[in-house]
Amino acid sequence: MAPILELRGITKQFPGVLANDHIDLALHKGEILALLGENGAGKSTLMNILYGLYQPDEGEILINGETVKINSPTDAINQGIGMVHQHFMLIPVFTVTENVMLGDESVKAGGFLDRPKAAQRIQEISSSYKLEVNPNDYVRDLPVGVQQRVEIIKLLYRNAEILIFDEPTAVLTPQEADELFNIMRSLVAQGKSIIFITHKLREVLAIANRVVVIRRGKVVGETTPEAADKNSLAAMMVGREVNLVVKKKETTPGDVVCSIQDLVVADKFGNVVVDDISLDIRAGEILGVAGVQGNGQTELVEAITGLTKIASGKITLLGQDISKATPRQITELGSAHVPEDRQADGLVLPFPVAENLVLCSYHLPPFSKGVILQYDTILKNAEKLIQDFDIRTPSPLTSVGSLSGGNQQKVIIARELSRPIQFLVASQPTRGLDVGSIEYIHKRIEQKREEGCAVLLVSPELDEIMELSDRIAVMYRGKISAVVPNKGISKKYIGLLMAGVVPEEPMQVSEETEIEATL
Amino acid sequence: MSEAQTEKKDLGQAILKEIIPPPEEEAHKKSFWKSISIPALAILTGLLIGALMIAATSSTVWAAFGESIWRGFGTAFKEIGTAYQALFTGALGDPVRIVRALGSGDAKEIRSALNPFLESLVQSTPYIFTGLAVAVGFRSGLFNIGVEGQLFIGAAAATYVGYSITGLPAFIHMPLALLAGALGGAFWAFIPGYLKAKTGGHEVINTIMMNWIAFRLTEWLLSGPMSRPGSGGMPLSPLIQKSAEIPQFFQAPIRFHLGFIIALAVAWLIHWLLFKTTWGLNLRTVGTNPRAAKYAGLSTTKSIITAMLISGALAGTAGAVQILAVNRSMALGLSSGYGFDSIALALIGNNTPLGVILASLLFGTLRNGATRMMVVSAIPIDIVDVIQAIILMFVAAPAIIRAIYHLKKPKKEETTIFVSGWGGK
Repeated sequence: MAPILELRGITKQFPGVLANDHIDLALHKGEILALLGENGAGKSTLMNILYGLYQPDEGEILINGETVKINSPTDAINQGIGMVHQHFMLIPVFTVTENVMLGDESVKAGGFLDRPKAAQRIQEISSSYKLEVNPNDYVRDLPVGVQQRVEIIKLLYRNAEILIFDEPTAVLTPQEADELFNIMRSLVAQGKSIIFITHKLREVLAIANRVVVIRRGKVVGETTPEAADKNSLAAMMVGREVNLVVKKKETTPGDVVCSIQDLVVADKFGNVVVDDISLDIRAGEILGVAGVQGNGQTELVEAITGLTKIASGKITLLGQDISKATPRQITELGSAHVPEDRQADGLVLPFPVAENLVLCSYHLPPFSKGVILQYDTILKNAEKLIQDFDIRTPSPLTSVGSLSGGNQQKVIIARELSRPIQFLVASQPTRGLDVGSIEYIHKRIEQKREEGCAVLLVSPELDEIMELSDRIAVMYRGKISAVVPNKGISKKYIGLLMAGVVPEEPMQVSEETEIEATL
Repeated sequence: MSEAQTEKKDLGQAILKEIIPPPEEEAHKKSFWKSISIPALAILTGLLIGALMIAATSSTVWAAFGESIWRGFGTAFKEIGTAYQALFTGALGDPVRIVRALGSGDAKEIRSALNPFLESLVQSTPYIFTGLAVAVGFRSGLFNIGVEGQLFIGAAAATYVGYSITGLPAFIHMPLALLAGALGGAFWAFIPGYLKAKTGGHEVINTIMMNWIAFRLTEWLLSGPMSRPGSGGMPLSPLIQKSAEIPQFFQAPIRFHLGFIIALAVAWLIHWLLFKTTWGLNLRTVGTNPRAAKYAGLSTTKSIITAMLISGALAGTAGAVQILAVNRSMALGLSSGYGFDSIALALIGNNTPLGVILASLLFGTLRNGATRMMVVSAIPIDIVDVIQAIILMFVAAPAIIRAIYHLKKPKKEETTIFVSGWGGK
């Protein structure tokens, strides 16, 4: 039998980049095919071609053995191809039914919307694929995981046979991700076919029937989860051996470097977003703050770094009260901050790499004498850091905005870690980066810890937190629900805390199950 | 979900984002010709379209077309030829006459042959100051539309100091009057700057409003407290003292004056300030990414106020120089819209001081030549406005020029519109 979807020799050239280079790919009915690759490997280009957003320069697309031409997303939907985007395309103030029927409305005589009919179909879809959702709920009231279900229902409502999931777990808690995997299994069990785009190795191994790895626009390998493991997949993806587990040296935590007492932060509407938090961060330890995005981590970090005013409480850094200090005072005390949104906060994109590398210190010698900038020193500093931190840039004068995401992040890491610091706040330091860059940045953070720096690591990626932290604090709705040492703790336990559930099961796990959890 | 905190965007920011090109980088690999090809072609295209308009608006040409098509074309070419010849000689001088004057060695004859060129420099001077004023604002993330009003206040302040104080030596009086002009402009810009920094009141609206206040205020001053005795209620100030005058280099009618040299020096100073000092980097960082500036520990409040003060001082100096060097007294016809043309200038000049100087020379030259064109061929001076507008349009939208002349698309980093400043920065 012909594969339900086949791509033959797909090639797409962008100015200066061969995004897809003669890619062949076949998707069989009822399978989950994982498409694995680093950022910029060409996954998204390929899927955008399939979804009609780009036209390939060469190659053809076959559905059920017949050549088709897909010129627009509408064509794609008509051919039974549907895509669940990483960022949901839902209208918050509409109900589930309205969102699903939008663009494909059921109409009564006279052109009036027939909501009950649509709602009934949604119910049918929902029960046959175990996609629990109430058609009359407003989307804004739904948790992220349920919103994603609505996206999936939207596709099934349009009779999609081939579903493309673009990094679907990026916004989910571990539990929600597991639920999503169950849904995916039930979809394929009923004859749908799935392409699953990701760069998370654990997920590939957990759910895929087959794995295709793309690197630099080419298919570099195909395997099955049974025949592969994390290390072999990472090696295929990056093109070299990758050390996934950071070797952590034993350190004994030293003195308290940063102490947070009864911290309360309100947002601009007066809502309490950080609710009475107390934490101590010691020299030579990494304290990981786990939590689903939007539970107050951003504001906690802003309070510590002086970017936002605190409502009450006290923050001490190296013995000094910094509750009312400005960002510059805090920086000059010996603290560094890797901000959550590197493009909005951490960099001035049109400025050259060299200037970005002194963004927090150009007013100090040796980068300026009086008010006169010393461009010689600034350039020398840039050349050194570009070398030391392996920043891939054509020159120190290249604007930072034209670098890749990973290299932009390296610019920030280089700037912040190259200063003599005793305290590091790293907020989502590897967001959106590929395996190679993640490995590198993790190593650098670990190195700072060994040097005796106190590190506060904030990340919604539980894997990252569990890999690096000495202690884990879980944040939920502005509160710290638990602080636990990161020794033999189960991922599920943290996951439940992140979802606001007080776990009944033991937090320790036996060695056997732990291995499973980390995979 | 938590990414709902999208950046608050207002119109001003959106416009600034559109018009401020990614700076710095382009200078160092792009060839000189590549970087000036767009403006050069824009000027050429502007002149071509201007030619069409000259022909289309001339009644002689229409009459000739009535007789025969060939005669029509012939007349049209003749009209255009006369007009542009007048524009050229009016702006830069008559080459034949210049060569003859140089040959004769008569200093007076040389000066008067070169006068059109020198007059173009005189016309460019206020453009340089106002263009710098807008460019400093743009670089700092501010859209100062109030340059015209700041120019008027600066001119009024300089005029007052110029005529009311007597008995000072020139080397004190003239700089003092100039300083008064700068302070006047700076004060006028400080008000909207302060409002922006402290209350978030948008500078575009506030500077426009301040313009109107400035116009009416100077009108009242000139017909009341600062009026010239015996002016019969006409809004006109007394003549400034000899000691306050910025010297002209040659005898009348050549008006070429020290102000032009001052303008070049100030442009260099602004370049140094913006690109070589920590202050400039502060301003540019806040102007380019206020969030990153806050992260880096900079004060956006301070930066906004500083930028407006500098911008206003430059605008005020423009007015002061016009009074002290050219007009020698203040009337309401002081400015032919320098403050508004300067927005265009800053854009063409890519918000760099060198670019502003070049763009100012272009505008000043066109404006100067236009006067002669009007006299010789009875073509309305408005045609020059049209040509300027078309040039500007094409410079601001390089895609059109590229489409017309089938130029290759630039690479991503090359989408900027003009050469950047000195020394590869």
